[in-house]
Amino acid sequence: LAHGGGGKLSAELIEHIFAPAFANEHVTLLSDSTPLCLPSQRIAVSTDSFVVQPLFFPGGSIGDLAVNGTVNDLAMSGARPMYLTAGFILEEGFEMEQLIRIAKDMGRAARDAGVAIIAGDTKVVERGHGDGCYINTSGIGVLPAERKIAVDQAKPGDAVILSGSVGDHGVAIMSVREGLDFESPILSDCASLADLVQKMLDTSTNIRAMRDPTRGGVAMSLNEIAAASRCGIELDDECIPIKEPVRSACEFLGLDPLLVANEGKLIAIVAKSDADQVLNTMRAHPLGCDAAIVGHVVEDDNQLVVSRTAVGTKRIVSIPVGEQLPRIC
Amino acid sequence: MRSMVQVERWRVRVKGVVQGVGFRPFVWHLARTEGVAGWVRNDSLGVLIEIQGPRSTLQHFCDRIQAEAPPLSIVSDVCHEVIEKQGDESTFRIETCQIESDPLALVSPDVSICSDCLAELEDPTNRRYRYPFTNCTACGPRYTIITDLPYDRDATTMADFRLCPTCRDEYGDPADRRFHAEPNACPECGPAVWFVPGDSGSVCRDDDAIEMVKQRVAAGGIVAIKGVGGFHLACDAHNRVAVNKLRSRKHRAAKPFAVMVADLATCERFAILGDTERALLVSRQRPIVLLRRQPDTHDWCESVAPGNDFIGVMLAYSPLHALLVDRGEVWVMTSGNQSDEPIAFENDDAMDRLKGIADVFLLHDRRIETVCDDSVIRVVEDRSLPIRRSRGYAPLPITLPTDGLPLLAVGAEIKATVCLTKGTQCFLSQHIGDMGNQQTLLAMQRVVHHLLRLYQVEPEIVVADMHPGYLSSAWAERFSKTHGVPLRKVQHHHAHVASLLAEHSVAPETAIIGVCFDGTGYGTDGAIWGGEWLIANAFAFQRYAHLSYVPLPGGDACIRYPARMALAHLFQAGIDWADSLRCVKSIPPQQRRLLQQQLERSFHCVPSSSMGRLFDAVASLCGVRHQVSYEGQAAMESEAIASDVFRKGVPSACSPLHDGHRVVRSDKRVVTMNEHAASIKPYEIAVINADVTQVDSGRLIEQVVSDLHHQRPASEILARFHLTIAESIVKISIKARTATAINQVGLTGGVFQNALLTQLARRRLVDEGFEVLTHTTVPPNDGGLALGQAWIGRQVDCEDFG
Ligand SMILES: [Fe+3]
Ligand SMILES: [Mg+2]
Ligand SMILES: [Zn+2]
Ligand SMILES: [Zn+2]
Repeated sequence: LAHGGGGKLSAELIEHIFAPAFANEHVTLLSDSTPLCLPSQRIAVSTDSFVVQPLFFPGGSIGDLAVNGTVNDLAMSGARPMYLTAGFILEEGFEMEQLIRIAKDMGRAARDAGVAIIAGDTKVVERGHGDGCYINTSGIGVLPAERKIAVDQAKPGDAVILSGSVGDHGVAIMSVREGLDFESPILSDCASLADLVQKMLDTSTNIRAMRDPTRGGVAMSLNEIAAASRCGIELDDECIPIKEPVRSACEFLGLDPLLVANEGKLIAIVAKSDADQVLNTMRAHPLGCDAAIVGHVVEDDNQLVVSRTAVGTKRIVSIPVGEQLPRIC
Repeated sequence: MRSMVQVERWRVRVKGVVQGVGFRPFVWHLARTEGVAGWVRNDSLGVLIEIQGPRSTLQHFCDRIQAEAPPLSIVSDVCHEVIEKQGDESTFRIETCQIESDPLALVSPDVSICSDCLAELEDPTNRRYRYPFTNCTACGPRYTIITDLPYDRDATTMADFRLCPTCRDEYGDPADRRFHAEPNACPECGPAVWFVPGDSGSVCRDDDAIEMVKQRVAAGGIVAIKGVGGFHLACDAHNRVAVNKLRSRKHRAAKPFAVMVADLATCERFAILGDTERALLVSRQRPIVLLRRQPDTHDWCESVAPGNDFIGVMLAYSPLHALLVDRGEVWVMTSGNQSDEPIAFENDDAMDRLKGIADVFLLHDRRIETVCDDSVIRVVEDRSLPIRRSRGYAPLPITLPTDGLPLLAVGAEIKATVCLTKGTQCFLSQHIGDMGNQQTLLAMQRVVHHLLRLYQVEPEIVVADMHPGYLSSAWAERFSKTHGVPLRKVQHHHAHVASLLAEHSVAPETAIIGVCFDGTGYGTDGAIWGGEWLIANAFAFQRYAHLSYVPLPGGDACIRYPARMALAHLFQAGIDWADSLRCVKSIPPQQRRLLQQQLERSFHCVPSSSMGRLFDAVASLCGVRHQVSYEGQAAMESEAIASDVFRKGVPSACSPLHDGHRVVRSDKRVVTMNEHAASIKPYEIAVINADVTQVDSGRLIEQVVSDLHHQRPASEILARFHLTIAESIVKISIKARTATAINQVGLTGGVFQNALLTQLARRRLVDEGFEVLTHTTVPPNDGGLALGQAWIGRQVDCEDFG
């Protein structure tokens, strides 16, 4: 890929790479803007930039992340994601084949998530000014009427539901990035949660909050919910699904799996009355088959997230502070 | 002829620990013998006296207050003013309490049973025969039952019990041993014990309950016993099965248990006692004293304190314990908690939390207001070295050299204590526990609020450690926000040194060479420190030298696995991971490859100068231990093995150690060091002269490995290692003295719980003409950290040092 190709290059990329990969009824990527008709006036908008290294990893690529990351952010507010835009910043010399792979991954991920990529942009920067490929995506989703789903809505007594095993994505990334040979390969869990969320919303009107525990992991998301809702959260270590290879990798590296990133998991805070129903719905879905009630919301002035250990103590799950520094003196 | 005697009236103010210690009856007796009129009363400042009589008599009276004060009291100040005489007073009275707004009277710690009360306990004709809650002004609970000041029955949990007429008479009679003994009680009117069986059997009370507990312990059962400052879990220490059952139920694999005995004679059957140990054991604080085991008491001691040369022993300290533990018996008495939670102290909570551990319960109805664990003390060359400062000592203040703002310091993360200052007094709390779980955090909150209420202090600063992940620091941040007071963060090792400075009343501007060795503490460069030479005073510090950095692969994970630390040290020193090294072999090849990758990529590898981790690494290299089940285990075992070499000389034959192996010895003396010390040579110490001087741990590791390859006995290597660390302390201190002209060296940090290292370092430092400061009041470990934080926090106009 050469720098400075200008409009001609951009047009070629769109015609030969993005248009076929993203194919949908709206493909008007060559015009300046795309007119849309939305089924509702209540919409949600989200944007996120993706700079992951490596670009391809076990279980996915930056393309999958770029679509699913924004789709999931929309879904967490209860919205049904509909449209995405994609902006690329490519480094001079970036291989066309890799770009094709990324574009195909994005196209497939968008179809799986039921969204259309309806606008895009490409810039090429000088060699040495980027890590190969950065992607920004923005998304629009439609919000259901009469629902308030937000991190400050948790109430004591609510159940905390986790849609599946934690830590897969973060460990998969670090295994390739750091060249660590784990005994069994660990795949990223990267996936769109939009469909799962729709089924959950159809099941219950008492879903109070949802979060996809990406960077900072489950610990970060739960601490945000606890702080915003001014309450505490009590988990049970033994209920938290963790795949064995992830568990042992974390143990070895000195990581708490609750602090490791996920890309296809969600946490839902659900009124106790509806918790079992929501859980059943989730378990019936391929992305929620390992879902579990992992704890509940409690009153706590300190707004702590704690987890009951195997020996019965309640360890404090605190917000990650960069590197995991030893605390034992 | 007119009398030359000049009659005056004085108002005398006595400050210190003067309440609840028989001070007023003492004054009353004194007034009678001196023949002066007036009155005495307690108030929130201490004791107030008015006396009238000839001037010289009054002076004599005041002198005697200082000189003859009752044994439990600590008189910090006696001063008087002359006031107007009164006409019609002929007697001396004791008046009841008067409350003032600013309490400075000090809370007495809990006091073990006195000989008078013990004699009554054993006297069938006495009305308190076998009564588990007997006490008098010379003994009994204090801090643990006090809800408020001034100290008065209504301000204790004894307010729940109404005195019977007989007890009331004792309480009101200045001539009685129980005059104003606030927890005064008898079987008629006081608290009682009862026995709660597990699945079957029935509840019983009083003597029957005590009998039931004794039976169950004799039969190998585990009993949860509510004591003075909280619950204990008890079993027969001689019964291996019972001890192991307790271990597995408590999830405590190898950490030593403390034991309780009735008397010194029982103690001598299995432990070696010196005069200092004896004095500590029978002192009114009755701490757990770490005693060297007799060589021929392996079997049961081994399950109580596995792989350990020392066993923690305390004498029965309350009447209840005296009734339970008979002469000749040895009971395990470990804190009543689940692994690292705080100790249980309420009946219902204990029944809930300890139900999976204890078979049966012995409860009582005297509420514990404040939890207080047993204190732990070790003796090093006839000096006490506190390991845990708690029951019997807390909350006595440490007097700071200067006055200043009231503040609150919240300590570190493990062995948490908090500290409150008021004027020159610094109240260091009892041991709270290891943070990281909610129960400890709540316990800490409770201790803070209790101390703030007792001493009516509103802190103007809150002080915490710099570590970004400490829960205590996060709590301090919240406190700072909710109370609108500034938060000051203090570097961990500076605080350790400052605790030593405060303990020794060193003036705030006076700097010492602070040698601070511990496990891990957050440094100002974002690295994990722990092998530090600081030039420090109460204001600031300069990092003069440190142990060279090695990567800590995986944070807390490498603390649990000393073998990982050994491999990290080898990696850093550029030494191959040869299969012939035991530490290498202890890690499976696949994990070894992963560790290699982790170290090469420096992934989750914080650089560290930790001395504690160097001890771990060397322990693993020598095959002592590759994985620990409690903090400091590998270092403790290494110390035991090395000490043996210093006592008996370098072993002639090559005798490789096995994991958990214990050297059997035959001498029964209390040995410090002897002629053998001369036959042990330190390794060469390589000093790197960089911006900050470094002691090269790599060079040390090289020499250890070389000795291992030459089949030198592990015990000899460990002895040489201890000596080398001591020599490096001396070497760097000399260098620092040359640079700064400072001649005082302080030894602090958890590593100096190691008696051998402390002894070796102190001797050599003294030989070199240094003045050496070590801890005798607060622990060198993180349990003393809050004191140092407070002392630094008080120097508000802190400036950069040097
Ligand atoms: Fe420390
Ligand atoms: Mg996002
Ligand atoms: Zn007594
Ligand atoms: Zn009575």
